[in-house]
Amino acid sequence: MNRTHVTCMINDDETEFLCDNDESLLDALRDEVGLTGAKEGCGTGDCGACSIILNGQLICACLAFAPEANGGTIETVEGMADGDRLHPLQTSFLEEASLQCGVCTPGFLMAAKALLENNPDPTETEVRYAIAGNLCRCTGYDKIVRAVLGAAAQMRKNPIEGARP
Amino acid sequence: MTVAVEESPVKKSYKWVGTRPVRHDGLEKVNGKARFAADMTKPRMIHGHVLRSPLAHAKILSVDTTEAESMPGVKAVVTAADFPPPSKNEGFPHRSSNLIAREKVRYEGQVVAAVAATTRRQAKAAAAKIAVKYEELPHVLTVDEAMADGAPLLHENLITKGLDTTPKQASNIAKRDYFEQGDLEAGFAEADVVYEHEFTTKVVHQGYIEPHACVADTSKDGRSEIWCSSQGHFMVRSATAEMLGWETSQLKVIPAEIGGGFGGKTTIYLEPLAVKLSQKANRPVKIVMRREDVFKATGPTPGTKIRVKIGARKDGTLTAGKAWLAYESGAFPGSWGMLGGWCVFAPYDIPNVQIESFEVVVNKPVNIAYRAPSAPMAAFATETVIDQIAREIKMDPIELRLLNAVEEGDYNHSSMVGTFQRIGLKETLEAIRDHPNYKIPLGPNQGRGVATGFWFNIAQSSSATVNLTENGRAVVVTGSPDIGGSRVSMALMAAEELGIDVKFIQPVVGDTEAVGFTDVTEGSRTTFATGMAVVRACRELVTQLRERAAIMWDCSVEDVEWVDGKAHHSGNKESPLSLAEITAKAKKTGGPLNATGSLEAKGQGPAFSTQICDLEVDPETGKATILRYTTAQDAGTAIHPSYVEGQMQGGVAQGIGWALNEEYIHDKKGVMQNPGFLDYRIPVASDLPMIETVIVEVPNPKHPYGVRGVGEVGIVPPIPAIANAIHDATGLRLRDLPMSPVRVLEGLNQQNGVG
Ligand code: FES
Ligand code: FES
Repeated sequence: MNRTHVTCMINDDETEFLCDNDESLLDALRDEVGLTGAKEGCGTGDCGACSIILNGQLICACLAFAPEANGGTIETVEGMADGDRLHPLQTSFLEEASLQCGVCTPGFLMAAKALLENNPDPTETEVRYAIAGNLCRCTGYDKIVRAVLGAAAQMRKNPIEGARP
Repeated sequence: MTVAVEESPVKKSYKWVGTRPVRHDGLEKVNGKARFAADMTKPRMIHGHVLRSPLAHAKILSVDTTEAESMPGVKAVVTAADFPPPSKNEGFPHRSSNLIAREKVRYEGQVVAAVAATTRRQAKAAAAKIAVKYEELPHVLTVDEAMADGAPLLHENLITKGLDTTPKQASNIAKRDYFEQGDLEAGFAEADVVYEHEFTTKVVHQGYIEPHACVADTSKDGRSEIWCSSQGHFMVRSATAEMLGWETSQLKVIPAEIGGGFGGKTTIYLEPLAVKLSQKANRPVKIVMRREDVFKATGPTPGTKIRVKIGARKDGTLTAGKAWLAYESGAFPGSWGMLGGWCVFAPYDIPNVQIESFEVVVNKPVNIAYRAPSAPMAAFATETVIDQIAREIKMDPIELRLLNAVEEGDYNHSSMVGTFQRIGLKETLEAIRDHPNYKIPLGPNQGRGVATGFWFNIAQSSSATVNLTENGRAVVVTGSPDIGGSRVSMALMAAEELGIDVKFIQPVVGDTEAVGFTDVTEGSRTTFATGMAVVRACRELVTQLRERAAIMWDCSVEDVEWVDGKAHHSGNKESPLSLAEITAKAKKTGGPLNATGSLEAKGQGPAFSTQICDLEVDPETGKATILRYTTAQDAGTAIHPSYVEGQMQGGVAQGIGWALNEEYIHDKKGVMQNPGFLDYRIPVASDLPMIETVIVEVPNPKHPYGVRGVGEVGIVPPIPAIANAIHDATGLRLRDLPMSPVRVLEGLNQQNGVG
């Protein structure tokens, strides 16, 4: 079987993998690259558990084909912390107890990161709409929304070095 | 906000219990390292694919796997013939027959065969080549269809249990439960107001975000290691062994992180298939369910039809209650009607009562627990009728409930309760009555509804082992999968007992060979029962620590007291020894320190929750938007208040989805039409407001820290609270779920004489 060779940057690491042409980017990340942070909750773009950032854009990795990543830049939850220093969203999720089972958490962190990069001072409603593509069945979203608002305030006070303006 | 109720027999000031540390397993969950069921891979691992029935009801004439076996990459195929016949004691819920269809398929999605191949794609392609010949049979989808005379039968030998005379003929009614007390007729005769109404609810799914998945690795010596996520790996071990006809000692089950369960992972689906495939292929086999299969073939909660009649005097005293409840149980019998019957009038002291409930089999997936299983449907009926009575007699609905609320010493007919111990129903009602949100003025098209819910909670078996390390840290191993933060609660109780910082305690979930038998994480039992096992082990350790200190001091153990994590000499002759100082000398005083606590817990505390829903109904579209939501729940004692709030909020959100949106939709052939999150829509963040919580603490006298168990009851009041709020906003009484925009609009149009 002919497999496609893909080269891309994943969390600042130059990465190569082989995949089938019709393989989803989610499957490639999980099965070929071994990054299992992004989860499959539905495989049809309805739950957001597979959210990642491809070329600066928040996407459902289950809806992208793996070869689309060729030459691109991917951010996943595994690359969110800066070494030992957690991203303010990660800290905020821990402190606000925003996760119960935690299976949705990687997706929410990615969606929230994408939101705050575009809108550093969102209202509660803006947060709710920005994460409306991510399903959480455990929390009722209350503590997730609080964590995102809290992290946004934190980041306005102490912007992350090297973050996009 | 927390309302602590004094006069507790349990000590109230704690150093660790009641604080909010970051959970120990949190870091791995925010950096993507936590391993859930589908995240496991093993060297040489191959992939399984399950072939499922496309039909709701059919005889299986033949299953031919010849072509599939010769497909590229295929390593093994299994069918029902690979498993021993179902044991006579089929158990709850007829697991073996459900796991792989034998002579008949009884719902769309039931397993018929499974294939393992080198790649998932190959496995799927091969499964499509398994030739199954069916003879289609007529099916039934609702309790009405199933209970009708001459209905097609799911089980030709199912004779209704629990009737006064045993019927001669089979039917779809598996069981009837009956309870009565007092004099029903006299009770209704005493009443000034009597209302009787019928309610229906649809099948809904637990909707956990993580689909079921497992990896099984069976070795030549006839042992298998299973890695999977479940609410109880000991249950996985026994159920898988039963299905395979194996000894439990042949199986080791390793708990993965679990991505939600809500009762839905209290049974098994894939594990025996994976073990068998792995045995045949001599390779590790992984099977991951697709979301569609999760909807079609894993345990939703029953659809129901319930009639409730309640009588009350003008002063608000309830005089009589009659309930008739029919619960679907899916394709095999369950106990859902019985549970509904236990809960239907549980919050109220009603002198004259009659409750009759039925279990009805239908051609739909086999129901399994969903958070306070069966209680929300029953509460929908009762709490709506109570609201109607309150309006009729012009009494505040909370005051009416307070007047009739059960309290310590009252009798509850469920075998889980009997006579109530100290309970906190009245306290949750008062917390809501006195809450500022109960008085906020409402605008046009807005309404407020209140409702109360009960859940008995369960206790069962739990085990814990606590090991002290050389440098005075503790590892707390329990057998309870952690669905929503129970590990940190275990650590908090251990910290309180041992007197060491919670961050020096590592709570872990041990596999089936690393810790003693522990029942499933269900019935809100983990912090209660497994917590008791942890406390027991810690207390045993404290005894050991005192003995070691006595050796170090060369004194009698009676002279050593344990206070705040240190051994103190009662005569103050020695300076106190910390736990770390004692463990450092363990080699000289008798070796490692560890202790096990295991018990069949008793005395779980029943849980109550009272809630207010404020909503607005759009008269154009019929859409109800939740404006504010407030929930007061008796936690007994909140060990980690953030996770208690999380349980309360999560239960409410699920209840809101159930009330307003969620339902299984089947076509005429019994095929599910909405098996995905796009069409089976669960609440998203923009559908909900913040959910305000009031933790009421009426300690459970039977738990060392007063814990009741908080996981489930929060889902019980939302449906009636919303129905009552819609009535308050529009005058419409909706008695059929879901209360979707279409239904509300239909009602509004009828009200206005339109259409
Ligand atoms: S798995 Fe991609 S959206 Fe659900
Ligand atoms: S924490 Fe479980 S799905 Fe969100």
